[in-house]
Amino acid sequence: MPETTRGRPIPIQMTVNGIQRAADVEPRTLLVHFLRETLGLTGTHVGCDTTQCGACTVHLDGRAVKSCTILAAQAQGGDVTTIEGLANASGLHPVQEGFRQEHGLQCGYCTPGMIMNAADLLQRNPHPTEDEIKHALQGNLCRCTGYVNIVKAVQWAAAQRGGGDVPR
Amino acid sequence: MFPASFDYHAPTTVPEALRLLAENGPDAKLLAGGHSLLPAMKLRLLEPGCLVDIGRIPELRGIRREGQTLVIGAATLHADIATSDVVRQAAPGLATAASLIGDVQVRNRGTIGGSAAHDDPAADYPVILTALDASFMLVSSAGARTVASGDFFLDYFTTALSDLEIITEVRIPGAAASVTSAYAKLEHPASGFLVVSAGVRIERGADGRCRTARIAIGGLGGRPFRATAVESALAGHALTPAAIAAAAALAADGSDPDGDAYAPAEYRRHMATVYVQRALEAAL
Repeated sequence: MPETTRGRPIPIQMTVNGIQRAADVEPRTLLVHFLRETLGLTGTHVGCDTTQCGACTVHLDGRAVKSCTILAAQAQGGDVTTIEGLANASGLHPVQEGFRQEHGLQCGYCTPGMIMNAADLLQRNPHPTEDEIKHALQGNLCRCTGYVNIVKAVQWAAAQRGGGDVPR
Repeated sequence: MFPASFDYHAPTTVPEALRLLAENGPDAKLLAGGHSLLPAMKLRLLEPGCLVDIGRIPELRGIRREGQTLVIGAATLHADIATSDVVRQAAPGLATAASLIGDVQVRNRGTIGGSAAHDDPAADYPVILTALDASFMLVSSAGARTVASGDFFLDYFTTALSDLEIITEVRIPGAAASVTSAYAKLEHPASGFLVVSAGVRIERGADGRCRTARIAIGGLGGRPFRATAVESALAGHALTPAAIAAAAALAADGSDPDGDAYAPAEYRRHMATVYVQRALEAAL
């Protein structure tokens, strides 16, 4: 293929927080930039940009993933949930409320990713032990040293659920 | 950080992917989970002009038994291997290794074939797959060939896979009640990559003694190190704690690891004995 056409935009479409979205993007567009810049959903953060810190965590087809290390094109046809899609008309998601109740944040930069990953954990394991919570959050870094309260926040959410399904 | 510009293709069959590889020549790279390739591209360590995304080829995903062989599609996710009852039963060491890769989010995207093809010397799969005597099904437009793990992992980031081939399956023999396996890993505390790790596969005879042992160690060089001294010491013997400890002490015999600031060579050699012993104990 001639050099001049390399990287020309391609059409993509996906469902984001229940809404069908479509755009033409360069193939190199990362999912996190598609969410933040194309769709204006800036709740998903870019932290390390190297697949380590987890600030960019979203759900893709029901699994927690790092959106800085996925091409928007790889999410073609997929179902994405971001932090903006977690609360509903009846209030905050239990994990969001847990972070509020247990003071699970200081600066808040890592919080959207922490919450998305914790919500993914509670979907798979509604009653995690403290060790299981810590293991599940290995891919999310907090630099305010807030891990103790973050674990408490997840435990708070698990207790609220009473063993029922965690939505989304 | 953005990768340099590239063209993107998402074929849905293996023949279509092979055609795209051939058409685009050495400028093309396969993209599976992308959790090694995309970080390297963002750092501009790699600038392929064309990505062939094999993440949408259904036949490359899945876990099944074919008699006593465990067959795993190359694009199967670490998370699915770690939690598969079929894998836990047929090759428990492989499920353990998969569960120790990276973190939850990485395991939700990374694939066994992608990790094997990348062949990072600090990655988990090369070690456990060597211990399990796995083989790789490699397909090109010229046909298919099967390459044993011992001939596949060659050196740092170097495998037998050619630019025009796709790994379609990983095949693991010996899914039988007499065979067990385990994996034990000393993780780097920051990265989670292995400093030293050990994969073991034990086949027992009807008398309960060890018939054959295969032991592979990571962290001792550019490719998994086969601890043949341990294998010989165990073969034909009862697997008592004393026999295991005596055999594990031979783990680093014949190895010549490169040390680094975090883990000098002598430390790696010592940790090899410790983690071989732990893996053997976990296997029993």
